Parts: sequence; structure tokens; C-alpha cells
Amino acid sequence: MATPKTSLRTPTARVRGLGAARKGTGHFIALRTLGVALAPLGLWFLWAVISHAGAPYAETAAFFAHPVNAGLMLAFVVAALWHFRLGFEETILDYVTHEGWKVAALIANTFFSVIVTLACVLAILKLAL
Amino acid sequence: MADATASTRRPERPLSPHLQIYRWSVTMFSSIFHRFTGIGLGVGTLAVAWWLIAAAVGPAAYADFAAAAGHWLGRLVLLGFTVAFLFHLLNGVRHLFWDSGLGFEKPTARFTGWLVVALTGILTVAVWIAAYATMGRL
Repeated sequence: MATPKTSLRTPTARVRGLGAARKGTGHFIALRTLGVALAPLGLWFLWAVISHAGAPYAETAAFFAHPVNAGLMLAFVVAALWHFRLGFEETILDYVTHEGWKVAALIANTFFSVIVTLACVLAILKLAL
Repeated sequence: MADATASTRRPERPLSPHLQIYRWSVTMFSSIFHRFTGIGLGVGTLAVAWWLIAAAVGPAAYADFAAAAGHWLGRLVLLGFTVAFLFHLLNGVRHLFWDSGLGFEKPTARFTGWLVVALTGILTVAVWIAAYATMGRL
């Protein structure tokens, strides 16, 4: 690869496509907005888990059959996994320098979040409907 | 271009200090632990998924989940999740203050760091007392 001193390409041309440019602000705002939502949702989730410690099947199923509980759980699961996808993406971009591994990790990150979100959403809907 | 070839030869210089060199501080710990717990909680969503799917599938699947959660190893994992959850939540609030430009002064940042650590410990104990009380084992 030509060094900056010997290349005729402009500095912009050399860095273009090397980083997640332009979308940083949106990423930053989305991660924080989800964080703000997750503080109360997380406390509700914590309460939901504590109050069902050792609970029999019927009790847990009945809890999620209530639309308010199902709705809050849906909001928590979607927000939590979306927040995780964005946060882990940041970590991958910070530490994985090899291009191939970076792309693979970013794709795996998205797949993981989407699959777990869908599985949780389906389970909640089945309990609620 | 003799100087161009000379500049490509890297002189033997000491590397910049890293984690094992710096003296640990609470601000440094909380920064690293925030990411670490974030990743841990991401993996922990699998446990949440298991709980929900088991409840959706039926009593037999739910009994399997309950057995795993009741096992000492399951309890240990859940304890880890409790610490990670509370730390990430509390330290996340700290981050939101920083994002709005507040609390950057060194004594303030150190104080809030220790505050998050202390509250994580206290609330973890409180959560587990509440959970055992729910199970009628207290």
C-alpha cells in the first residue's frame, strides 16, 4: 500500500469506508434513549423476577397472561436486546481490528439479538393471547 | 527517498503502559466493569428467553427451568446476573449524568464510582433476601 507521502489520493479517499462514519450520533442517541427506558423497565423486570422466585408454572403463566405485564415484558425484552446490540457493536468496533473477524462479529451480534428478541416476543405473545 | 525507508524501520521503544502497569482506581474499574457486565447481561438474555419460552411451552418445560434455577450452580449464575444487572443499571445512570456534562470532577467521579459499588452490594443482598422471602424460605 502506498504511504501517504507517495500517494496521490486525497486523505478523504484513503479513510473513506474504513469506519462507521456518519451514523455515530444516531447510534449514541439510540443507546442512551434505550438506557433511559431500561432504568424503569429494568426495575420492573427485577420485581417481576423476584416476585416469581420459586413460583409454580400456573402463577408465572397467569402473570404474563395479563396484558399490562405482557406489554411491559415486551418493552423490556426489545429495549434490552436492542441496547445490547448497539453496546456490543461499540465494543466490537473498539477491539476487533481484523476486517474479516470484525464483519463476522458484527453480523453474529445482529443475528443473536434478533433471534433472542423474536424468541422472547413469541413466547410472551403465546402467554398473553 | 532515503529518509522514507528509514522511517519504515521501527526503533526499539518501550510500549505504552497498559492495564497491568497502572495502579487500579475505582473510575478505571467501573469503566471496564460496565462493558464487562453489559456483555454478561447480553448473554444473560438467554436465561430470560429460557424462562419465557419454558412458561410458554408448558408445565414440564417450566419444571426443567425451575430445576436449573434452583440448582446451586444455577443460583450462582443468577447471583452473578444480579450483580451485573444492578451494577450496569446504577453505573448507566452515572454515565447519563456524564453525557449531560455533570460529575466529571475527579473527587465527584471517584465518589459516585464507590457509591455505585456500594449500592450494587447492598441492593444485591436486598434482592436475594426478597427472593428468598417470596419463596417462603426466610
